[in-house]
Amino acid sequence: MCWKESGSTACNPSLKTIMIQNENKTTNIWDRDNECMSRDGLETLQLERLQQTLKRVNEHVPCYQNKFSALGLSVADVQSLEDLRKLPFTTKEDLRLNYPYGMFAVPMRDVVRIHSSSGTTGKPTVVGYTRNDLKIWTQLAARFMTAAGVTPDDIVHIAFGYGLFTGAFGLHYGAEEIGASVIPISSGNTDKQIMIMQDYQSSALVCTPSYAMTLADRMEKQGIDPHRLSLKVGLFGGEPWSEEMRREIEQRLGIIATDNYGLSEVMGPGVAGECQHQCGMHIFEDHFIAEIIDPETGEVLPRGSIGELVLTSITKEAFPIIRYRTRDITRLDYEPCACGRTHVRMMKTMGRSDDMLIIKGVNVFPTQIEEVLFQVEGCEPHYQLVVERDGTMDTLEVQVEVNERIFFDEMKKQRAFVNMLEKRLLSILGVGARVKLVEPSSITRHEGKAKRVIDKRNS
Amino acid sequence: MATNTLKMGIATPSVNVLITSFYHSILGETMKVEQISIFIENKSGRLAEVTQALGDSGINIRALSLADTSDFGILRLIVDKTDQAKQSLKERGFTVNKTEVVAVEVPDCPAGLAGILKVLDAGNVNVEYMYAFVERCGGNAVIIFRFDDPEAAIKVLTENNIHVLEGERVYGM
Repeated sequence: MCWKESGSTACNPSLKTIMIQNENKTTNIWDRDNECMSRDGLETLQLERLQQTLKRVNEHVPCYQNKFSALGLSVADVQSLEDLRKLPFTTKEDLRLNYPYGMFAVPMRDVVRIHSSSGTTGKPTVVGYTRNDLKIWTQLAARFMTAAGVTPDDIVHIAFGYGLFTGAFGLHYGAEEIGASVIPISSGNTDKQIMIMQDYQSSALVCTPSYAMTLADRMEKQGIDPHRLSLKVGLFGGEPWSEEMRREIEQRLGIIATDNYGLSEVMGPGVAGECQHQCGMHIFEDHFIAEIIDPETGEVLPRGSIGELVLTSITKEAFPIIRYRTRDITRLDYEPCACGRTHVRMMKTMGRSDDMLIIKGVNVFPTQIEEVLFQVEGCEPHYQLVVERDGTMDTLEVQVEVNERIFFDEMKKQRAFVNMLEKRLLSILGVGARVKLVEPSSITRHEGKAKRVIDKRNS
Repeated sequence: MATNTLKMGIATPSVNVLITSFYHSILGETMKVEQISIFIENKSGRLAEVTQALGDSGINIRALSLADTSDFGILRLIVDKTDQAKQSLKERGFTVNKTEVVAVEVPDCPAGLAGILKVLDAGNVNVEYMYAFVERCGGNAVIIFRFDDPEAAIKVLTENNIHVLEGERVYGM
């Protein structure tokens, strides 16, 4: 499979200027010693920690023991970071097969917290944390939240659901570590969220990007001007979102919108986070090793390629994970960042390798469609893809919710708009799509993640 | 378009001369009529919901036209309380836009409309769409026009002594 280079990842200059004016640049690095360590020092540390981790999993986790011995591998064979690619991948299926505690590397008496990922298909996956794991997680959350601009003066509004999902707890402890005031409002009840934002003067918003849009929509409906709230920064994660969506959220809510990355199988939020330059998320490489592979062949791709992100944890005790296939499609940038951090930057995820739709033999990511919709002025990302099979032919329908900016009273103009969208989609996707305009709020919204694709081909 | 629903009597084009030379750009604003257009998905019950929403808010429809495709339709309405109608439809989740149209008095006779279109054509004004008004005005028919350039259209019409109805008058008809 061939992965095309994505667009420019240059820093956002206007925002950079604002940040430099508003913030003392030297104050938003939480752990300078580790975040700005020399590459040489970092790689030495990584290898040392990797070898220790491999030794531990080989002793305590039968799944890894079996995988290594099946390949005739000894952990002593890993003598350099390059040797990592000799090791087998770990997949979500491995975690399911070892449900619930089979992948734990410590006895349960050492586990102080259990989280679980959403089991959208089959059994959920269960992860555990030792006291030390929680300490590290808290530190890493504090790192990316500080990088986003959160300070002890902030009131952090956490609208992720509290529960088995790692999102809320990760940022909760990170914010407390920084010394900010935490509002653990959890998810749901949008009207109450808005009331609390107004009354409690929330200054930092934590939720999924699509929920940030839901909040903006509701405020608009209620005649509330978000620019008059105390909000200044948003920390959004939990689902892929585009640069255009970022700009729309920033403009509508009057905040700086930052991205962060994490997944429960690897730790939760705090695997990577954006600095003020907004040119990718620094992966905290003193705790994780990142690789990019071809999702079809599993081969490690050359630096700068787009492919599936594979992560190895190198400090976790309860639930170490070796070469975990995240299914997230991204690209890594090793160029030094202006912020001074030396850690590699991962670009916004461009979709999931298992969200990738193959339509008439062409690879299509829902995020590509999102980009097109945003480029068309004023188009909000309320869309849904419906894939069907008509005989032997795949058909793709893109349903777009109409709004005042893309609604015309003249049929001629309305038709021209639909035709223009169809043309752009064809040129970006390389496969034809029918655009259907639908009424506002007719596409099902979820308080958390947005369902973008309905594939009727296998039903 | 709904022009074919207009019944024309038999007579030569006659013209109501009510407004004379001094209007043009100054009076141009009051001469225009506000129209709301609503996006409607082509599925059962949507038209009923729009009209019910207006009814519940005590709004009376003065004129309407519906343009449709297999997927969606554009409903255009002239109502007695435009802003209130827009608000009430938006609250029910409809996408609503406000546009300016021109209400023109048309002699109710053969070639009545033809005479007016000829004047517009001569004045290089394009008609985007048009539809008939339910009520008559002193024995004449009223047609709602959407022009590419409403100001130019009003100028051409009034210069040719064709009566353009003021917005306030249309809402109260």
